[in-house]
Amino acid sequence: MNAWIEKQKYLIDFTLASLARRKAKSLGLLLVYSLIVFLLASVMLFTHALRHAANEFLAGAPEIVLQRMVAGRHDLIPPGYLERIGRLRGVQEKQGRLWGYYYDPVVKANYTFMVADDRPLAPGKLVVGAGLARTRGVAPGNLISFRAYSGKLFTFSIADILPAKSELVSADLVLLSEADFRAFFDIPPGHYTDITLRVANPLEVRNIAGKLAQQFPDSRPILREEILRTYDSIFSWREGIVLALATLALLAFAILAWEKASGLSADERREIGILKAIGWETGDVLRMKFWEGALLSLSAFLLGYLAAYVHVFHFAASFLSPVLKGWAVLYPRFELSPVIDGLQVTTLFFFTVFPYAAATLVPIWRTAITDPDAVLRG
Amino acid sequence: MIELRQIHKTFNAGRENEFHALNGIDLHLPAERVTALRGPSGSGKTTLLSIIGCLARPTSGRVRLLERDISGLPERFLTEVRRRTFGFVFQQFNLISGLSASENVMLPAYPLGGDRHALQARAEQLLTGLRLAHRRTTRVELLSGGEQQRVAIARALINEPPVIIADEPTANLDTALAMEFMAIIEELASTGRTVLLSSHDPLLVESSLVDRVIDMRDGRIVDAAVPAGAGR
Repeated sequence: MNAWIEKQKYLIDFTLASLARRKAKSLGLLLVYSLIVFLLASVMLFTHALRHAANEFLAGAPEIVLQRMVAGRHDLIPPGYLERIGRLRGVQEKQGRLWGYYYDPVVKANYTFMVADDRPLAPGKLVVGAGLARTRGVAPGNLISFRAYSGKLFTFSIADILPAKSELVSADLVLLSEADFRAFFDIPPGHYTDITLRVANPLEVRNIAGKLAQQFPDSRPILREEILRTYDSIFSWREGIVLALATLALLAFAILAWEKASGLSADERREIGILKAIGWETGDVLRMKFWEGALLSLSAFLLGYLAAYVHVFHFAASFLSPVLKGWAVLYPRFELSPVIDGLQVTTLFFFTVFPYAAATLVPIWRTAITDPDAVLRG
Repeated sequence: MIELRQIHKTFNAGRENEFHALNGIDLHLPAERVTALRGPSGSGKTTLLSIIGCLARPTSGRVRLLERDISGLPERFLTEVRRRTFGFVFQQFNLISGLSASENVMLPAYPLGGDRHALQARAEQLLTGLRLAHRRTTRVELLSGGEQQRVAIARALINEPPVIIADEPTANLDTALAMEFMAIIEELASTGRTVLLSSHDPLLVESSLVDRVIDMRDGRIVDAAVPAGAGR
């Protein structure tokens, strides 16, 4: 056992010396390899953290939202619906919600206007998302005007900016009082955009949704888990697109590695011949090359993954965010909390280290089985 | 010690460029003797050395080492025999550039996985014996021709093999360095090693160092003689 360990140490020593002797080649390969890992790891870390952030944020959202439909389109909830729900078993709380979209021609962006029941606001006051505040250049105390769809101009004063932590889902949010909302969008009292229901037991959610659909055939219940699934799909889809592109890069790298290994330089071939002639077995040469590949791919994996971690969690994934966050005028700016998924790390490891090992093994083996007497012939 | 029976070696068999390098060699090489293979280029000296040294297999025929038939051994065992039995000194020295003299010397011992300190001490002892201690950390490509050959000799001796094989060892050396090489070989022979050389350098082949000269031509042994000046 000791001899085996000692032998591996000798082989690693020799490998390190070999890599050091071919500095430019080794560094170039390490750089390209790290870059591929960096790209793949950035996408994976970023989308995983986004999903995690969305999940965390939506954890506080109501379990069911009831929307009324007219001709297949979302319509206002008329008066009396909230009362008609009555006392459904399992529903802890029900509430009418007011929200709507507003297109701001000044910055060519859509905002979400909403009445926040947990944050009562005086008439004429607004709380806005950090993205909107940035785009419109407003701060607490400033005035801001919007022309309503009726043509009337409304001026509000900014009471507060929403915390950056929630920017992923609140970048375009405008919170205002119920009176202001109804006046701005011209919505008569008793009407709501939709109804939210809180259900304590997750097993009850689907039953309650079924009952609601029966009781209000013109309405559709939307479940929180469905929204989560939608977010998940969106992020997975975007991740898929970038990963598909990155896979091409990976393939190109595998070709490069094959090229590098099959085109072993005359020096390297001679070296393998010498080693065999002085008593190394084919297996020893392969083991030495295995260590070379392992050291290179492990270093590249660690370097690339660390760089991706720093890129995603310290520099807000600045290279990838335009693609992965979505296409919008108001790009949310937010800090993602570092989340690392073991399975994802393992997957990435296998998808980067194995192609390299596989691409280099065959050509090296072909050289390693050459008869050592070739070296005698100079 | 080494016995060859009806050794044939054919390259590119069955092709247009088929070439018979050895044509039925029968030879017995006794232990603790210095034997030289002599002959023009293409006479089969190097091919014969590579078959004796387990670097290549004969196309047909038997090789026996210490009464054991080694011609049919699988590569792994053949490598083991090569590593334990033979030390090689090549014409071009075949050192690995970029590595120090000491690292080059230790290379054949790496696959054995022995104790590192013992290995370093052995390399140091060999380099000192060959007057290269002061060059141990120098990269081999920076050494002179003679120094490179002495590193190659030290490398050949690191696993303490009983047989030393040297292919055209003086071809790249001037007279003074060739004499120096011969002095080293003489000392090795005096410690009981078997030495097998190939050369067409009269300085070496006709010296008193060589116990037996085997003349080769066209892949055949044409004559085996004891040189006039052989003194041992």
